[in-house]
Amino acid sequence: MTDRKKRRTLKILGATLGAGAFARAIAPLSALSETTSMEELLQQHYQELTPKDLQRVLRRLEAETKRDYGVDVTIEDVPPLEGVQFAYALNLSICIGCRKCAEACHEENNHDRGTGNSYIRVLEMDQGSMDMERGRTDYDHTVPAEGKFYMPVQCQQCENAPCVTVCPVEATWQEKDGIVVVDYNWCIGCRYCEAACPYHARRFNWNKPDVPAEEMNPNQAYLGNRVRPQGVVEKCTFCLHRTRKGRLPACLEACPTGARVFGNVLDPDSEIRWVLENKRVFVLKEELGTRPRFYYFFDE
Amino acid sequence: MQAVLLKHVVQANAFVAHVVVAVMSVLGALACTLGLVACSGHVSAEPDRAGAESPADASRSSDSPRYPVEIHMPDVLRGIRTGTVDSLQRPLLAPCGSCHASGAYALRERNDPPVQGPHAGLSFRHGELRCGACHDARRAEALHLADGRTLPLVEAMTLCGQCHGTQMRDYRHGSHGGMSGYWDLSRGPRVRNHCIDCHDPHAPAYPRYQPAPPPPDPRRRPRG
Ligand code: HEC
Ligand code: HEC
Ligand code: HEC
Ligand code: HEC
Repeated sequence: MTDRKKRRTLKILGATLGAGAFARAIAPLSALSETTSMEELLQQHYQELTPKDLQRVLRRLEAETKRDYGVDVTIEDVPPLEGVQFAYALNLSICIGCRKCAEACHEENNHDRGTGNSYIRVLEMDQGSMDMERGRTDYDHTVPAEGKFYMPVQCQQCENAPCVTVCPVEATWQEKDGIVVVDYNWCIGCRYCEAACPYHARRFNWNKPDVPAEEMNPNQAYLGNRVRPQGVVEKCTFCLHRTRKGRLPACLEACPTGARVFGNVLDPDSEIRWVLENKRVFVLKEELGTRPRFYYFFDE
Repeated sequence: MQAVLLKHVVQANAFVAHVVVAVMSVLGALACTLGLVACSGHVSAEPDRAGAESPADASRSSDSPRYPVEIHMPDVLRGIRTGTVDSLQRPLLAPCGSCHASGAYALRERNDPPVQGPHAGLSFRHGELRCGACHDARRAEALHLADGRTLPLVEAMTLCGQCHGTQMRDYRHGSHGGMSGYWDLSRGPRVRNHCIDCHDPHAPAYPRYQPAPPPPDPRRRPRG
């Protein structure tokens, strides 16, 4: 609880000193009103909001999106489903590195158009190597290239997530379906989590995201793909605004090769269970003990 | 931490949304079957009738209602493209029988010289197979299995499965061939691709792509 109290002070400091604003530093209150509304500042942690307050917050965020982006969006609170634990698996024998998944993520999750941001990086790796730190993400030739294989990497939704434990204000946590979420309105932007993630899966929102009205995905979730405020950390949520309503994640549907398998591991008849039981799956950087729920495999 | 769980409050909203999404999907599928949109029709039967479980069966649990798993049916299965379109902009196809009507037509022993006539330009790179490995000698519009059983062209998947059992098994379990729609069939339907959506039966190697531009890599960003 003290962590959460501490957060308000930190947030004020952050708003004051953030983004290299000398002018703002000498006029802290105007800086605050520019980047952060008073209401936002006084908002409770997501998990402590009463249902009524939460609804008020959602409507306020919708109105702010309308004001700033000129689009009517729906921001819902989409809770985890009962009896569901998500897992994801990716077939490295099939993936050809076309980056369609990264592109779909960019669009689905209302990422900043200017930076072309995505929660997915696709690593081009030498066949026979498994060192993801040596994978290249900037390749620009026809794929698949001779002697290479391709490894898309996004949040691994770790059971034992280092990003969650380092957060000084409890702005990020794991939900009961396994998805690690961020309360973007509670995050103070210290970026400890980004540094702690061994998979480089978290992103810092440097700018106020630029998303043209006609490209905005209006189906949004509070803990998901709503437009994130500037200066906070964001991450893949397994498209919880879709998957918690039974739909497949955007990156899976976009994959033209069929390399991705997603589902509920608690369902013994699910595709994901079949893969976990019948393919020789592995996780990235297993030695760190992070216990990802994102698996990789090769066909034999 | 005294977490306040909010799900009950918003469940009502979420439920309405589910129903809307589900209805839309069903309408979408219906539009396809009626030929109203450019998705060229579906069959809902799993092509392999040899008794193995279908994708739909694979995720069936007895009680809750289940939406169907449909397999997308490519156009070309019904005939050859004539290069013209109908009033709904769908390609007009000439049925095989319109030329190959009267029973027997000679199946070649070898693939060269390449096939001519309306099929000129058909490029063939599929192992060492001959046309007759798949096409039936008596009826052009039929395929045949190794044991001589004939299949209509639309059941090509059974044919592929005969020689590519591993991929067929993986496909059935969702780990080959991709899908779209719902992971949870109690909430909405799913569409699977057909083998030949991705693999031309005559030259099945998966095509190469120019990749989409790379997103920024946080490893390359200055930290701090
Ligand atoms: C417009 C007339 C026409 C239509 C329609 C047509 N064919 Fe043909 N087809 C031909 C002719 C002519 C040949 C012989 C070409 C040659 O031997 O070079 C041929 C040859 C073939 C062969 C090769 C036989 C061999 O081994 O030499 C196959 C297989 C075949 N057709 C299948 C089909 C199928 C399947 C369809 C329908 C999807 C179809 N054809 C539709 C005219 C047609
Ligand atoms: C591996 C099995 C296989 C072999 C071998 C094969 N075909 Fe086919 N062929 C199919 C299937 C399946 C279809 C229907 C799917 C489609 O049209 O894409 C088809 C469709 C066709 C069609 C109609 C559609 C089109 O692409 O124009 C023609 C013509 C045809 N085959 C000719 C031939 C000829 C000629 C040969 C030999 C050079 C041959 N096929 C060898 C499986 C095969
Ligand atoms: C009669 C057996 C037979 C049938 C039927 C058959 N194939 Fe093949 N397929 C082969 C053989 C043989 C090879 C070559 C394997 C090799 O080169 O190692 C092959 C290769 C392939 C490859 C790999 C191609 C490459 O260049 O890497 C794909 C993909 C493929 N087949 C898909 C299909 C599909 C889709 C169908 C159904 C339309 C099908 N096959 C039907 C025998 C068959
Ligand atoms: C969504 C697209 C997609 C569909 C649908 C699909 N495949 Fe594939 N298939 C691929 C890709 C991608 C590869 C890997 C190609 C590569 O490595 O370049 C592949 C590889 C293959 C291979 C070659 C395997 C090898 O070891 O070389 C065969 C055989 C094959 N598929 C058969 C099938 C059959 C049979 C079906 C239908 C049951 C099917 N595929 C459906 C995308 C697809």
